[in-house]
Amino acid sequence: MSITYLEAIREAQAKALADDPRVFIYGQDVGAFGGAFKATKNLAQQFPGRVIDSPISEDAMVGAAIGAAIEGMRPIIEMQFADFSTPGFNQIINHAATLYWRTQTPCPITIRLPSGGTSGSGPFHSQSMEAIYAHYPGVIVMTPATVEDAYSMLLEAVAIDDPVIFCEHKYLYYHLKADKLPTEAMPVGKARIARAGRDLTIVAYSAMLHEALAVAEELATEGTEIEVVDLRTIKPLDTDTVMASVARTGRLLCVGEAWPWGGVTAEVIARVATEGFGLLDAPPQRLNAKDTPIPYHPNLWSTHRPTARSIATAARNLLRS
Amino acid sequence: MLQAVESRESVGSTLRDDYLKAYRFMVLSRILDEKLASLYRGGKIHGGVFLGKGQEALSVALGLALQKGDVYAPLIRDGAGRLAFGEPIIDALRTYLGSALGPMRGRDGNVHRGRPREGYLAMISHLGAMISVVNGTLMAKRFKKITGVVGAAVIGEGGTSTGAFHEAVNQAAVEKLPLVLVIANNQYAYSTPSSRQFACSNLTNKAVGYGITAHHVDGTDLLACLNTLSAAVKQAREGGGPQMVVAKLLRLCGHGEHDDAHYIDPRLKNSPIGRDCIKVAEDYLLQQTWADEGAIQQIRQDAAQKIDDALTIVQREPTPDPFRENWCALASRHLSDSFEGPGNNVQ
Repeated sequence: MSITYLEAIREAQAKALADDPRVFIYGQDVGAFGGAFKATKNLAQQFPGRVIDSPISEDAMVGAAIGAAIEGMRPIIEMQFADFSTPGFNQIINHAATLYWRTQTPCPITIRLPSGGTSGSGPFHSQSMEAIYAHYPGVIVMTPATVEDAYSMLLEAVAIDDPVIFCEHKYLYYHLKADKLPTEAMPVGKARIARAGRDLTIVAYSAMLHEALAVAEELATEGTEIEVVDLRTIKPLDTDTVMASVARTGRLLCVGEAWPWGGVTAEVIARVATEGFGLLDAPPQRLNAKDTPIPYHPNLWSTHRPTARSIATAARNLLRS
Repeated sequence: MLQAVESRESVGSTLRDDYLKAYRFMVLSRILDEKLASLYRGGKIHGGVFLGKGQEALSVALGLALQKGDVYAPLIRDGAGRLAFGEPIIDALRTYLGSALGPMRGRDGNVHRGRPREGYLAMISHLGAMISVVNGTLMAKRFKKITGVVGAAVIGEGGTSTGAFHEAVNQAAVEKLPLVLVIANNQYAYSTPSSRQFACSNLTNKAVGYGITAHHVDGTDLLACLNTLSAAVKQAREGGGPQMVVAKLLRLCGHGEHDDAHYIDPRLKNSPIGRDCIKVAEDYLLQQTWADEGAIQQIRQDAAQKIDDALTIVQREPTPDPFRENWCALASRHLSDSFEGPGNNVQ
């Protein structure tokens, strides 16, 4: 038996619905149709009345989730694409994220963002929005890179008493497989050493983890040992694990599929530079998408985002410096 | 929620008693507003002060129509409705004066106050945003099989231009929720006249498009407001789906106390909608001989005394201490991000 990243997300939601009567799912086409990506396949039939089609109203979807959370429910909102969370942005960052601080009323909502690029998806179905949400206080931002994390972190997202932005990567939906669902998981907020090494640290998350692991594999044949850190959640960001890795390797390359200005790679480098400058043997580097909208055509798209090839080049340059 | 309990017990009492109770809240709200304005001018309040002058009749009518278990999302000019719904006077003063003991503890101020878990939502500034939140509370109550409750949201005519308004009203209609949406058309959104805000002949036209019931009321007439709001709330409570109530009135103050409202057309001030609802209510009380001048004077004195008593307490209360603040925005404190770099430790 094998289970995909997407199936793990469906299974986590099925378990959350089965285990906790406070959980319901609200989003566009999530009901009988089972969601644009089938992440809620058969859930409406399995859990009648608890998997609800919404109008195309992202603001009102999140608003309703906040209201339901105030009343003690634990809603899961599916945005059809991360890109379409922008019309719901106001409710997320100005309302859900401020509610506990302002009123001491917890706001346990999970917002699933099908994120990141796939070939042919273009400017409005490819975005990685984790950094813009992480900028705001009052939210947790998860970026699972493995089938196991997609499952266990989504269950944890539903259990957490705060708004969680769950960035699930569409590129991983069908291709990433595991033998079985996990029965235990690392704590939320802890990064994972996805591969140990001593020459260079690559910090990555979500789909970029797999590009980084491919580079580590490739460079191992050249005698270079790359350590790969999977951030898992970008807020909170596990600075300790990153710093410990840099202490071992002395070199840092951060890779993110999102745009370069601000963002996760900038944040990681800022923290290492301010708190661990002395650990560095070379200037820390980062690799991001190009600073343009995300192109439609595969020829352009595959160059727009970091890939194993561009990461390998950056890694080799950093190892020489 | 002591006052709310009192209001529930009024069921079955005479119209005279209901009217007098509403009038008392209106006066209490007006005098509280005047006190807040005076504290603002005296430099005692940080940030803005937003008053409800001219909107008390509409506001109180909604507050009194609601019951315990209902949800209420007031807006910036709903001092009277808040008091009628059960907000203690001291909550308003504590929030405006930044007492550490108030419901917002200095973390938010002025009209941004509430007790969400008691069904009293704390508005954010973005207009239209509270309506879908009320919808969500009603969806949750439906999940929990709680029936016979309503949720009320208040907005101005300016707020009807927002996307959030549209999304939320449509959502309530699709879900057939017991939402009572009160639109106070006070003719100006800050300085923008309604002619620059919408082009339909009456805002109730919008209800047709959403497929919900609309009511129209003269917002200067307390009796009309009491009748219309209680009917709309009753209809929603009994399964009639979302109810839109549009009230026509005039804002008798600036947008906030920083605003002299010089732009308000004097013709509107001299028109029937420019009447002061409190004066209209007083005239009606006298005309019906439900109260005489002495009784009205006594109501004012009692209100002023209550406010002074609360203010005396609040003025002695501590303000928030930044060194005791935990500076954590999460309920799951263990998941706070750590920004302990040397630069961020400097106080």
